[in-house]
Amino acid sequence: MSDSTHSVPPVADALVSVRGLQTALGGKLIFDGVDLDIPRGAITAIMGPSGTGKTTLLRHITGQLRPDAGTIRVDGQELGTLGREALFGLRERIGYLFQNSALLTDFSVFENVAFPLRQHLKLPEELIRNIVLTKLQAVGLRGAAHLMPSELSGGMARRVALARAIVRDPMLLIYDEPFVGLDPIALNQVLKLIRTLNRTLGLTSILVAHELAAVSRVADHIHLIAAGRIVAHGAPRELEAGGSDWTRQFFGGEADGPVPFHYPARDYAEDLGFPGGIR
Amino acid sequence: MKAKPGRPSALGAALAQIGACGLFFVSILAALPRSLRYLRETSRQVYFVGAMSLVIIMTCGLFVGMVLGLQLYHTLSIFGGTAALGTVVALSLYRELGPVVTALLFAGRAGTSITAEIGLMRATDQLAAMEMMAVDPLAYVVAPRFLAGLIAMPLLACVFNALGIFGAHLVGVSWLGLDNGTFWSNMTANVEVWGDVVNGVWKSAAFGGVVALIATFQGYTTAPTSEGVAYATTRTVVFSSIVTLALDFVLTAFLM
Repeated sequence: MSDSTHSVPPVADALVSVRGLQTALGGKLIFDGVDLDIPRGAITAIMGPSGTGKTTLLRHITGQLRPDAGTIRVDGQELGTLGREALFGLRERIGYLFQNSALLTDFSVFENVAFPLRQHLKLPEELIRNIVLTKLQAVGLRGAAHLMPSELSGGMARRVALARAIVRDPMLLIYDEPFVGLDPIALNQVLKLIRTLNRTLGLTSILVAHELAAVSRVADHIHLIAAGRIVAHGAPRELEAGGSDWTRQFFGGEADGPVPFHYPARDYAEDLGFPGGIR
Repeated sequence: MKAKPGRPSALGAALAQIGACGLFFVSILAALPRSLRYLRETSRQVYFVGAMSLVIIMTCGLFVGMVLGLQLYHTLSIFGGTAALGTVVALSLYRELGPVVTALLFAGRAGTSITAEIGLMRATDQLAAMEMMAVDPLAYVVAPRFLAGLIAMPLLACVFNALGIFGAHLVGVSWLGLDNGTFWSNMTANVEVWGDVVNGVWKSAAFGGVVALIATFQGYTTAPTSEGVAYATTRTVVFSSIVTLALDFVLTAFLM
């Protein structure tokens, strides 16, 4: 395990490679020199306290957001140098599961999953139907193909979004908070699906999640982000065992530690109108 | 009042918005060739912003024509010129009232729904999801709605004009007793197809483009919150109305 801020060793065969990433949003520094490698074929989890920029990192990796400084390479292509066509070409090989599912509300479940196929491939309707039903079967929602997104629960919508993300068998699957709103049965099935997809199709997965128990069951590596840096990385068991203040606080769920629980504020007693302090 | 450092003044912010809207317009034009593969989506939008607006356009056109017929009949009767009622009503509608009132109604009926729809797509990450599926939202979402505005507005203005003339005829001929032949013959003798009717159609196409541009721009750049969508929808109506009336003056000056 490593828990320094700059000792993440480069991975020889990395699908995603981030170097010297610096980003500030709304005047707030989000990343201050992040180096990160996502090895091919592995499931890599990005964890960290809320608001540390995990989703922002995913947006950088998919070219939705350009960094202030630093380079991001995906499958050997540096995103900063790609034009629109090349970037879209790369995205065709990336599946992305959004935090809020982001289903197209005018389309049924079936049409949502079929959307990427219809947009990019000229396939016979029969084949599209079979592919879509296969993916929906994988997430347990083949029977919900005719429903509209407004008729789905949050967990079901997430599973439909997952079916849509994998419908073109991408090389890289990105999951942004995939476990939120799932009941234990669906959670177990989604965990199995993530593992199965990676092993059988040789995919690479990046997972942003807070559920440590679930992440530990699927992830090969965890990168812990805090204070704009990678503060720890390693296998789930190594990180859970502790070793630094960051890992002890985050995995132990403690309020005291390097990550402040309270948002910066003026003195509590003063705020409540007790200038002499609270006894 | 002096603007705070680092924060643009109201004028600066307004100019920045106009500039951003101009760049957005260029982006739509660049996306138009790519949007041609989404013709079905464009025709769906023409139906949505055009056909679905027919009821309000027809109703308003009828009543505007009736009011025009009533007011002008009484005014013209002072000078003994009621025979010119058909001509005056037709020229008023073709040249000004048809395109302008239709554009204002179009902004309220279709412009707001375009803004709200795109704004909600922004707020719920649907536009980002399209980007991630390598589908350009400008080509798939924005350009079809812009084209729909451009196509639907002249058609709606024609319907508005037709119902307006019917309303004026209803009041002038059927109610107040003006001769039917006088009403139509004076109108056909004094209204020019190219100078009056076609110029009005060009105007309404320009208004349709402007309203659709403002509506799509406001939706596309809205703050991704419910309050942001509400403000964007309001801005669509306000800006569309102001720009339509200002543009009407400019176009009238050129087309006269």
